[in-house]
Amino acid sequence: MKRQTFLRTGLATLSIAAMAAMSACAGSDSSGSEGGGSGSETITIGFSQVGAESGWRAANTKDIQDTLTEENGFKLSFSDAQQKQENQIQALRSYIAQGVDVLAFSPVVETGWDAVLQEAKSANIPVILTDRAVDTTDDTLFASFIGSDFIEEGQRAGDWVVENLDKDLKVVELQGTTGSAPAIDRKEGFGKAIEGTDIEIIDSQTGDFTRAGGKQVMEGFLNSHDDIDLVFAHNDDMGLGAIEAIEAAGKKPGEDIKIVTIDAVKDGMQALVDGKINYIVECNPLLGEDLAEIAKKVVAGESVEKRIVVEDAAFTQDEAAEVLADRTY
Amino acid sequence: MTRIYKHRLFWPAIALLALLLACTIKRPDILGISVLDGHLFGAPIDILRNSSPLLLVAVGMTLVIATRGIDLSVGATVAISGAVALTFIASSANPGSAGTAVGAVIVALGLCLILGAFNGVLVANFGIQPIVATLILMTAGRGVAMLITNGQITTVNSAPFSKLASGYVLGLPVAAIIAYGVFAVVALVVRRTALGMLLEAVGINPEASRLSGVKSRTLVFTVYVLCGLLSGLAGLIFAGNTMAADANNAGLFIELDAILAVVIGGTSLAGGKFNLAGTMIGVLIITTLSLAVTVLGVSPLVTSLFKAIVVIAVTLMMSTRLRAMLGSLRERRRYQEVGA
Amino acid sequence: MIDSTPMSRTEEITVQHSPTTKPIVQMAGISVEFPGVKALDNVGFRLFPGEVHALMGENGAGKSTLIKALTGVNPIASGTITVNGNDTRFTGPADARERGISTVYQEVNLCTNLTVAENIMLGSEPRRFGGLDWRTMRRQAQTYLERMGLKIDPASSLGSHSLAVQQLVAISRAMVVDAKVLILDEPTSSLDTDEVAQLFEVMRKLRDDGVAILFVSHFLDQIYAIADRITVLRNGQLVEEREKDQLPQRELVSLMIAGTSDAQVGGANERTAATERAADAEPLLQAVGLGRKGAVQPFDLDLYPGEVIGLAGLLGSGRTELARLFYGADKADDGVIKLGGKPVKLRTPRQALGRKIAYTSEDRKGEGVVGELTVAENIILGLQAARGWIRPLPKTKATQIVDAYIKALGVRPANPNALLKNLSGGNQQKVLLARWLATAPKLLLLDEPTRGIDIGAKTEIMNLVSELAEQGMSVVFISAELEEVLRLSDRIVVMRDHAKVAEIPSTPDVDVPRLIEIIATGEENK
Repeated sequence: MKRQTFLRTGLATLSIAAMAAMSACAGSDSSGSEGGGSGSETITIGFSQVGAESGWRAANTKDIQDTLTEENGFKLSFSDAQQKQENQIQALRSYIAQGVDVLAFSPVVETGWDAVLQEAKSANIPVILTDRAVDTTDDTLFASFIGSDFIEEGQRAGDWVVENLDKDLKVVELQGTTGSAPAIDRKEGFGKAIEGTDIEIIDSQTGDFTRAGGKQVMEGFLNSHDDIDLVFAHNDDMGLGAIEAIEAAGKKPGEDIKIVTIDAVKDGMQALVDGKINYIVECNPLLGEDLAEIAKKVVAGESVEKRIVVEDAAFTQDEAAEVLADRTY
Repeated sequence: MTRIYKHRLFWPAIALLALLLACTIKRPDILGISVLDGHLFGAPIDILRNSSPLLLVAVGMTLVIATRGIDLSVGATVAISGAVALTFIASSANPGSAGTAVGAVIVALGLCLILGAFNGVLVANFGIQPIVATLILMTAGRGVAMLITNGQITTVNSAPFSKLASGYVLGLPVAAIIAYGVFAVVALVVRRTALGMLLEAVGINPEASRLSGVKSRTLVFTVYVLCGLLSGLAGLIFAGNTMAADANNAGLFIELDAILAVVIGGTSLAGGKFNLAGTMIGVLIITTLSLAVTVLGVSPLVTSLFKAIVVIAVTLMMSTRLRAMLGSLRERRRYQEVGA
Repeated sequence: MIDSTPMSRTEEITVQHSPTTKPIVQMAGISVEFPGVKALDNVGFRLFPGEVHALMGENGAGKSTLIKALTGVNPIASGTITVNGNDTRFTGPADARERGISTVYQEVNLCTNLTVAENIMLGSEPRRFGGLDWRTMRRQAQTYLERMGLKIDPASSLGSHSLAVQQLVAISRAMVVDAKVLILDEPTSSLDTDEVAQLFEVMRKLRDDGVAILFVSHFLDQIYAIADRITVLRNGQLVEEREKDQLPQRELVSLMIAGTSDAQVGGANERTAATERAADAEPLLQAVGLGRKGAVQPFDLDLYPGEVIGLAGLLGSGRTELARLFYGADKADDGVIKLGGKPVKLRTPRQALGRKIAYTSEDRKGEGVVGELTVAENIILGLQAARGWIRPLPKTKATQIVDAYIKALGVRPANPNALLKNLSGGNQQKVLLARWLATAPKLLLLDEPTRGIDIGAKTEIMNLVSELAEQGMSVVFISAELEEVLRLSDRIVVMRDHAKVAEIPSTPDVDVPRLIEIIATGEENK
């Protein structure tokens, strides 16, 4: 019986610690519930982020927090789902209960959102998706989806390889988390681009979008293949891990084995400038401005585009050197 | 007696060899080691280096389990250790200097010592069940790590620090030298002093040990501190591997891998007799499994399933009851054949 | 089979004052077997409505096995159980409870963080509209409490009440199902005198309402205060069933210990004159007003070097508790221990070991044997613990010690690397003795060192104790076998109901019947 009491105190301590951690990430966490005032100037917006799993995500979070400020007419409630769908659904429900003007979130996974989105619809709260889409049959459940086109990103990476490198290449692919939209789409886009050429993907394995994962898988590739010409990594972090594995194997990344990645976060761009990566397709994390604009429109009752594709840049080593100093993330 | 001992490690060793054999069949020169830039290079060296963090954690876990305990917080400790070290380096005036790297190591290990002591006090002094006591740090620990890194993935450049994971001394990876060195020291200390015997006595029969005058509280406290310290060291190697403090992913699920390694190595979760050599084989199996997935070209979709099947196969082969069942089945069949 | 077990005299027992009613529970020819042991052998037992029936017996007599056989915990190998005249087999305590037989155990099995009402009604909560009907629940609980004569708030938390009240709440809970039979397994062991009185009042009330109560306790006075009828078991066999008034205490003790009403077995004393203590001898250890609440009432005792003190008394009389106080296994909360005339603190076994005191527990398996370790490791465990882990016993010295003790005590097999769990009980006991002798103790506390081991090993161990005393060691010897106590001891301390009631020199005129007399009456003079 004592144990139960203890457990309760323990859980309380935990939730305090978790809250502290969360508010520290969010920076501007506000649980204010004076929402519902659609007539007022300020738009209350509840945003549920996937987590803080990569440098890209951190930049994305920072941009949204910096854009949806009170000066710009927003009151932002931010929560971090720590890569768990149930956390995200819980956050969305509490935003609905608070009666925010707009709901926005980057779904952790693609499926399983119908119920909570239906609740938002019944409460007349418009939903904006950022970065990642949801898989639903009823597309009236959300107002708009702002994000990059992952297939397009993969295809651009593939196109550059076809146009600028040798015709006959052996490629290994470092996939993102198995089953995630960016992993599926980037693989598909890249495949499309190299279709009909002599470029061949000789091995493909998941590195879970992390550096450690990328490094370990690349070590395995290097041990099982002597003839790798190119690494295609689904994000910069895995590419950076691959660089370490290649260097440890006594080869020069960017020369002996070329590397193409997607994302263009700071560490990736630095490696590109240093000549260790050959080409990076940007996946623009700066969704804040688009989100602000769409949010204002839906609150005002204006019609919005169902799909807003964010402009992605792409960088060669020379181009990267020019822009590196000015990049904010 | 010797037969039982062989029994314990026989099947795990077979499993390890089978995995290596499968890789060799697929790629005959996989186990070759070459010299590259003055250091050794090849898949076996990769296995040694990649197994380092897990080995450190599993050694600590073995001793904790020997006392009838368990430490679920090792993964969180790994994350905290890396986060502290890299944040320390990032905020120092001279990130690249060796002094900064040494400072980071000391600060991180010091903190992990305290975390281990926290677990130790909860279990040894307050008598809280180990699984509950360490659950606290397991859950809160990543939050603490996030707090330290401010929710960002802190990336730093410090050549001396990254040597921890990717450097070489005498042609061997530093990480492996540290981990296997620590392993050897712990194994030696445990068997050369009376520590091993007293830990086992506490794990087998706590009350008899107390009545025999064994300071079981101090012993139990000590193993949790040691486990925290070793996890911290693992965290440093983990952080040095990528030079990025990833509060979310560093050491994720390493507690489960460590427990698995201990069990594969023949140490019972019920406590008592422990076997550090077995734990090492368990660690090597788990690490080789990751390599095998890549070498054998297992599709990412079924990677988890493949690993699970191998682990189930190993643990089933170790089950004496299953072996007895198979034995009697064989006997019956032979009997039936004779009868027919 | 039957003629080979003269103790099972179910049919022969004549009840002098036969109750007019029929028994509510009747068990006949019950046998329960565990691997290698016959825990109950053709035992009969009956329980009448409106009586308190005490079940008596020493350790291993089969009391709890009988209760477990009745409630369906232990399957019975043979025999019949009839309840209200119907042949019955319960599948477990829950089944028995539902059908009117409720058990309340020594340890209160309740949730201290729930309210009194919730505890009482748990499992039979009144429901309304699919939810719990809290008001009715409290009201019903109130009526049960009133029946117990308990005036407490049903909405209060159970943990806020004393153990006695919790015990009574547990009984209230047992009565919710309208129990016809109430089994109370040592309900008084953690209660003080007033609390026991309160419990007895409730028991009498229930008895007068026609409830049959099966009562297990080690306290003779309590038995004689409350019981109407007594059944005695010994070694898994029925010894006697008799009305309390027809069974004097002295005879009861004799039945429990020896299985006959007039024990004359053994009785010769071998060690008396051999060790005349010098008049000016200094006591090694003195207990002055030493005691622990709920375990041993304060007592005085002097222990001299070269002397064997025998502790006699029934199970639960405080024998073990007394020894544990000397060893620091339990902390004394009263009095002082003097070592060589100076007060010392013995709060932990470690401190006692440091003062050269050693203790072998009566619970060999639970508190002595470290089964998965080898014989050698078990022998050096005490020595090594005293040295700390950092200073291992040198290998050659360890081997020397281990070999010497294996040889001296005749441990079989004489293999220091055998796992202790694979040795027989007697040899395990020898290894444990070796563990303590290796620490070179000045005082050796032996709690039932001869229990459950074969005759040969028993004799060897007792001879060893004799020798050790002659070499100057002070020994406290606890045994349920009075002959053994008489044979070995220079002085005998008799314990009864957690108190030291007598301390007599072991002179030739002291024999087993005399000891039984003291144990039964608590009085020293004949």
